[in-house]
Amino acid sequence: MANHDIHLTVRKGTVHALVGENGAGKSTLMKILYGMQKPDEGTITIDGEQVSLHSPADAITRGIGMVHQHFMLADNLTVLENVVLGSEKLYGIGAKARRKITEISDRYGLGVRPDVLVEELGVAARQRVEILKVLYRGATTLILDEPTAVLVPQEVDALFANLRELKSEGLSVIFISHKLGEVLSVADEITVIRRGTTVGTAVPSETTPRQLAEMMVGSELPTPETAESTVTDRPVITVDKLRLQAPGGKALLDDITFTIHAGEVLGIAGVEGNGQTELVDALIGLRHADSGTITLAEEEITGWHTRKRREQGVGYIPEDRHRHGLLLEAPLWENRILGHVTEKPNAKGVWLDPKAAQEDTRRIVEAYDVRTPGIDVTAASLSGGNQQKLIVGREMSHKPRFLIAAHPTRGVDVGAQAAIWDHIREARREGLAVLLISADLDELIGLSDTLRVIYNGRLVADADPATITPEELGSAMTGAATGHLEHEETPENSADVSKSPESPEDEAR
Amino acid sequence: MKKFDKERVLLAVAGPVIALAVAFVLSAIVLIASGKNPVEPFAVMFEQAGFSDIQVLIINQASMYYIAALAVAIGFRMNLFNIGVDGQYQLGAMLAAIVGAHMNLPAVIQIPLLLLTAIFTGAFWAGIAGVLKVTRGVSEVVATIMLNAIATSVIGYLWLPTVFGVKVGNNNTTGEMHSSGWIPGIDMGPAGEIYGLVVLAVLLGIGYWVVLNRTRFGFDLRASGASETAAAASGVDPKRMTLTAMLISGAIAGLAGLPILLGDTHTYSLNFPTGIGFLGIGIALLGRNSPVGIAFAALLWAWLDKASPELDFHGYDKEIAVIMQGLIVLSVVVSYEAVREWGLRRQQRRVGAELAAGHVLGAHNTKEVAGR
Repeated sequence: MANHDIHLTVRKGTVHALVGENGAGKSTLMKILYGMQKPDEGTITIDGEQVSLHSPADAITRGIGMVHQHFMLADNLTVLENVVLGSEKLYGIGAKARRKITEISDRYGLGVRPDVLVEELGVAARQRVEILKVLYRGATTLILDEPTAVLVPQEVDALFANLRELKSEGLSVIFISHKLGEVLSVADEITVIRRGTTVGTAVPSETTPRQLAEMMVGSELPTPETAESTVTDRPVITVDKLRLQAPGGKALLDDITFTIHAGEVLGIAGVEGNGQTELVDALIGLRHADSGTITLAEEEITGWHTRKRREQGVGYIPEDRHRHGLLLEAPLWENRILGHVTEKPNAKGVWLDPKAAQEDTRRIVEAYDVRTPGIDVTAASLSGGNQQKLIVGREMSHKPRFLIAAHPTRGVDVGAQAAIWDHIREARREGLAVLLISADLDELIGLSDTLRVIYNGRLVADADPATITPEELGSAMTGAATGHLEHEETPENSADVSKSPESPEDEAR
Repeated sequence: MKKFDKERVLLAVAGPVIALAVAFVLSAIVLIASGKNPVEPFAVMFEQAGFSDIQVLIINQASMYYIAALAVAIGFRMNLFNIGVDGQYQLGAMLAAIVGAHMNLPAVIQIPLLLLTAIFTGAFWAGIAGVLKVTRGVSEVVATIMLNAIATSVIGYLWLPTVFGVKVGNNNTTGEMHSSGWIPGIDMGPAGEIYGLVVLAVLLGIGYWVVLNRTRFGFDLRASGASETAAAASGVDPKRMTLTAMLISGAIAGLAGLPILLGDTHTYSLNFPTGIGFLGIGIALLGRNSPVGIAFAALLWAWLDKASPELDFHGYDKEIAVIMQGLIVLSVVVSYEAVREWGLRRQQRRVGAELAAGHVLGAHNTKEVAGR
């Protein structure tokens, strides 16, 4: 059951924010509103008329449009072609459509040029094309799913200006986010979702981020603080002048140099899309460096393929668990084998050992509190948090020397989050070296022993997590600051601010 | 977890059963539309299945279908579509026939030699497509279709009397094979003989299951088919896996013509059965790539083939069997996808329900459920 007892009322001409933690059920709710999923019970009413939405096409005819988190645009087509695609009947595909696009663009200040190829557009411009696409189809209610996740702060401001424009024209916007600062600045009303149900509504002018955060998690936030340093002087992974190029020769990663010692967590901060994915791929061996070296303990592993790296003690918690961490339609115990098929207890020589693997899966399920009725159910039937716990359990079971943890608690509820943090901390005490990549700055600051900032494929700044604040880190993430980030001591900027729940909003600043 | 196991069996059987039912109904509609009795043809064909000589024919035919379908299935298991099984088995059989006609060694060496010839020929022919795919990114579908056409030309060339061909009347053959390469059949009395290589088909089926389900390699192969990205992240080299799977698929395909070659015809002639590779695709689909499922599907196909000629004597066109085969393939594709999605969703709901009811694995999970 992903959602139950949801009550949500959106008034015309307002921006209504829907907040909740990752995995609270926001996306499911939106899928229901957009007709992608059918509710088991309950009703949806639009303009006083009760409707049942069977498909996105239904939703569109009712004036509901959705801007997805991951853009659905064809790169090799122009903006005009993308917009008319699937709606050729509305205004044709020629001059009339172009006029309409220009009209919408001018009216809401979107600044969209119809004849540019989408592949030439930046992220923010693509997002505006998505919005225009929805408006073109006559939407009066727009759903924006985490629209700011991929934007830099200036772009966020521009987006908010667009939203206010839409609102003043009488359109309604449902704005999904878990960044409280943004929500408070743009929304007229806020609905909070927790564990699949609406727990309350709030008006921004009367609410503080802290109150909102507490509504969101239902209790005190756990903090990812690590107590004492366990860093040793024994290097586990050393990366030297790593460079990775796109096929055209553009550098995706350049001059990446760092060392992680046993017992050390190195946190990488950065706005998504600045080379984090490529860095992880290069470390696990999915992509091979164009130059530079990677050394694990004493051995150079630059030329090793993925399997050898994993066998030799590189653990991997992938950023996208559905794409890289799981076989969704395979049972849990086969997922326990994935990535470690050559290792005990999964294999004996060239043979699989299903009995032992199943036995060990049961152990992981218990030890890591994976909530499942059994180990024969498919991974797809577990919630995201439980899938993640299974992955963490699997990786930790092989006693890695070096763990790549990309967004280890993304989409995971608070309880599971704390548990995953504990497991990482515990392994760190035993000498594990961790590369932590996260969009959650509190997590980064709290767990890391060393912080580096990645921007445009380079490590541009470093900081001491003991003193740095999310605000300061955030500004470095936009490329505004480089070198060693010194914390400036001001009275209202004391260290405990960095652990307060309102800080996530600043991650893109 | 008995409940989920039972469910899995149900889901596995539901697809084919629905597909067959739909195909029967549609075939009946075709018969009605052409003004024929919609039931009698099936009755005639069912009756045929009761005759022992027809049964032998069915088993013999099914053995070849089975091997061809296994070859297709191993590709399917990792999202490779080897349409080239047809060319691979024909070339494999032809080369085995040529080697068998020109070499005469003791049976213990001769027979393995012939088998290996077929295996390597099939693997080589499929390997061309595999190499093209991993080095140049050529779709294996396109490459294997082309290779089928090329195989036909190669066979035509090899049949030339100046090359390896021997003309027998109007027929092109490769000459009679030496009897040391013949594989004796299982004598069923007046019903005929079951090809000796039916045993090979069974062994291949067992081997297929063991390799896929009980070896590391099989796991990697299945993982690649289930999610290319997850498999790569787990350490599978996608290119190597593609090439290996293609080679294995071709190797098995190379064997598909041997039951009849070594058991009956002892020469590769114009009368040699064609199209088995294409039928294998439908059979693998119907059998859901599982060795047992494919066995049933192969027998079904062989039954439709061998029982339908009788229809001509009852005033029906035997092509009704072909129509039915086509309808089965169509409805299989639709019903499997529907059943798969339904099953996934159903399981998700049930897991949710079980968790809500507190049926969680492990004893200590009585504390407040924090994570759902």
